[in-house]
Amino acid sequence: MSVLYAKNATIRFGGVVAVNDFSFEVNQGEIVALIGPNGAGKTTAFNIITGVYSPTAGDVYFDADNSGNSLKITGLSPDRITKLGMARTFQNIRLFKNLTVLENVLIAKHLRMKSNFLSAAFTFPWARKEERAMQEEALQLLKELKLDSAKDEISSSLPYGMQRRLEIARALATQPRLLLLDEPAAGMNPQETEDLTAFIRSIREKYDLTVFMIEHHMDLVMEISDRIYVLDFGEMIAHGTAEEVQNNPRVMEAYLGVEADA
Amino acid sequence: MDLSILAQHLTNGISFGSLYALIAIGYTMVYGILRLINFAHGDIFMMAAYLTVFGIAFNLPWIVAIILVIGMTALVGVLIEKAAYKPLRDAPKMSVMISAIGVSYLLQNLATYLFTGRPMSFPSLPLLTTPMTIGSVTMLPLTIVTPVTTLLLLGVLLFVINRTKLGMAMRAVSRDYETAKLMGVKINQVISYTFAIGSALAAIGAILWGMKYPQVAPTMGVTPGLKCFIAAVVGGIGNVKGAVLGGFILGMVEILLVAFMPSLSGYRDAFAFVMLIVILLVKPTGLLGEKVTEKV
Amino acid sequence: MNDKITISKNKRHLLTLLFFVVALLLIAFANGSVNSYIRRILNLCAIYTILGLSMNLVNGFTGLFSLGQAGFMAIGAYAVAIFTIPIEQRVALYYLEPIHPAIAGIQLPFVVAMLLGGMLAAVVAFLIGAPVLRLRGDYLAIATLGFSEIIRIVFTNLQNITNGALGIKSIPSVTSGTLWWTFSVAILTLVFMRLLIKSSYGRAFKAIREDDIAAEAMGINLFRHKVLSFVIGAFFAGIAGGLYAALLGTVDPKQFYFPLTYNFLLIIVLGGMGSFSGTVIGAFLVTAGLEFLRVMDEPLSIGGMAIPLFRPGLRMVVFSICLMLIVLFYNRGIMGDKEFTWEGILGFPKAVKRKFSRGPAKDGGGKV
Repeated sequence: MSVLYAKNATIRFGGVVAVNDFSFEVNQGEIVALIGPNGAGKTTAFNIITGVYSPTAGDVYFDADNSGNSLKITGLSPDRITKLGMARTFQNIRLFKNLTVLENVLIAKHLRMKSNFLSAAFTFPWARKEERAMQEEALQLLKELKLDSAKDEISSSLPYGMQRRLEIARALATQPRLLLLDEPAAGMNPQETEDLTAFIRSIREKYDLTVFMIEHHMDLVMEISDRIYVLDFGEMIAHGTAEEVQNNPRVMEAYLGVEADA
Repeated sequence: MDLSILAQHLTNGISFGSLYALIAIGYTMVYGILRLINFAHGDIFMMAAYLTVFGIAFNLPWIVAIILVIGMTALVGVLIEKAAYKPLRDAPKMSVMISAIGVSYLLQNLATYLFTGRPMSFPSLPLLTTPMTIGSVTMLPLTIVTPVTTLLLLGVLLFVINRTKLGMAMRAVSRDYETAKLMGVKINQVISYTFAIGSALAAIGAILWGMKYPQVAPTMGVTPGLKCFIAAVVGGIGNVKGAVLGGFILGMVEILLVAFMPSLSGYRDAFAFVMLIVILLVKPTGLLGEKVTEKV
Repeated sequence: MNDKITISKNKRHLLTLLFFVVALLLIAFANGSVNSYIRRILNLCAIYTILGLSMNLVNGFTGLFSLGQAGFMAIGAYAVAIFTIPIEQRVALYYLEPIHPAIAGIQLPFVVAMLLGGMLAAVVAFLIGAPVLRLRGDYLAIATLGFSEIIRIVFTNLQNITNGALGIKSIPSVTSGTLWWTFSVAILTLVFMRLLIKSSYGRAFKAIREDDIAAEAMGINLFRHKVLSFVIGAFFAGIAGGLYAALLGTVDPKQFYFPLTYNFLLIIVLGGMGSFSGTVIGAFLVTAGLEFLRVMDEPLSIGGMAIPLFRPGLRMVVFSICLMLIVLFYNRGIMGDKEFTWEGILGFPKAVKRKFSRGPAKDGGGKV
């Protein structure tokens, strides 16, 4: 069943067409990868999906509640889309640098808060209950992701790998159905990448997620993806399983810039 | 409406607008290069006025005084940049803006201390301030000299920006600061020249302003400064032609507002702010500005 | 190695209670013993504390560069001014143009007028915020400054409501005879701010300051939260304005010229932009400092020789130089983004000890 799909998504910045006529589909429980050379428009595509940019043409649809009915989310603001159940991480880590690990995750729980600011400030009973629940859930999540020992550390002081994990934890705290990961393995050595691969698999299992991932580390991509989309200069040039894409001459040409049989 | 009176208002508007234009250019150039609102720019304008007062008081011939004032003001501008903005170049944006506010405040307080808060009288240059009559219209030569000067200076400035190496460096830095630095552009020099030019233009504006409105006081630069920044925003911040356009529009509208709706003249100063809000809502990049998308 | 002290929740509550009792006793003592000059300064300190807190909430905690506090303060000040003056006195006051009939007959007790001032400021902030809070940092600064000026210009022109440039005199000076009004409001404001920042909304504000794009991606509606912060800030600025009017006894538009906001800016920069404790310290330092610098405005003579530097205006020059020095060399401020916590205070001796005992103990036997 389709969780996320787009039809002919296109975005133009001045004279540059960053993403051109991109249609794709991500189904429940899948891990789908989006690959392509640098500058191919992958993060831009993510930004369209998550509402940071509004596409010049085309639409994006999201099945927020597992009902089989997809909602058109084109042009909705990022916070609305996150509330519907889609969360993301960023290519260049965007943690709340001067705040603690715990605070980073707690902030991601704010979107579900029903109390208004006065009730929250004066800790009226209902608000106090909500706050306590948020704290428990956040601590639980940190524990499951092995970040709880650092919960009061300032997030920017963490080692790089932990920061990436924290960003994923923060995204998970919003209780998403669909998780968008933008280059989660960037800057990681082979061992860390292997750990991440297992990690992504485990959270898909554990939190019943669907994952859409931009990645350059081909071992991670080929290992874990159910399907792969390939972008080059904003256009989709290939789509299929790992084997299909690996052997696609157009893909090889895009990455290496040479004819496949040269 | 009497045509000659209308003509008079229009010429006043153009003249007044060109004063705003001269000051607005300084704001737009600095913002284009450093993305900084130089709050102190209006007070540099004020200092130039005071320098002129003293220059003439020391019996310097006008030509000498003008050249000295322009030079000294340019120097002050460069010094302010080196002392108050350069150290904070890597600091968060808010810090630099607070620094600019601080400089503005300091200059005003310094002027109050040195020259007392009582307004002084700007010297008059009879050549420009004796009324002359053309046809049925009576005006000061100043009223014509001002816009002509502005347009001439604009021409020179555009030439510098578009046809010289310095200008190219300026354009590069305002387009992409980091890359320009990596490409070997002497950032500090470019920035210094920018401040020097902007301040020099403000000084010329101050001299022309003082001849028309001879009251010189420590706070004289505050409201015009703010309004001229608004003019630069309206025209398209970072764009020199835009600053001039914005200055003319603002000046013209103010004069016409007071002329045709005298009951609202108390709100004259508020008008600039209203224009600002409107442009920020309708076309935030300004009339001649270009859209810039932020990379996420 | 984590030898930070932990204090149980109950102990913390007890300490806080103790602190309040001591503070109240101090205020009571001061109230009874200081002369009217010192009292006025202390009252101003408290009022500036409230203004600093309100500005820090918006600028320091939410990261919005707002320069509009003076305008909101003016709204609150005028609300108190207009509505607390006894009705009989109004005719004489509004001699240029009679007071507008709609408000001529309304007289309110001080507290009501003060709260009304706060609410009005909040409403205006809401109306302003809608268009303006969508703007990027530096533009927001100019826009809020612009609105502050618009408010001031409007007040200067609405002759029949605000008495225009003449201002309003003989406001019943409810707050000047005592320290309790200003200090209790200041304490309440501080308590509220602390509670707000500790709540989930406070975290959301900080998230917006840290990285608003990430905050939005985590489901926080930027606009709604920015407006909330802005409106709360305006409310307290209005309240402070009301206290100010009652303290001074007169208001006029020139008092609220936007450089007034620079004072509050200095307070929050000096104290530390992300710290309420710092704001309190900053407010007291700046207000008291400004007063005591007044000596610089008087001619000074040492041993019969007149020092030419000291004359009116020197005070503000020194003040501005201090602001510049702080911005350039000390821009994290006194407290940075830390608050006074009981753990911090009680752990202070231990921390000091730790710092001094660090450093390698060189044994004498190291032969090279």
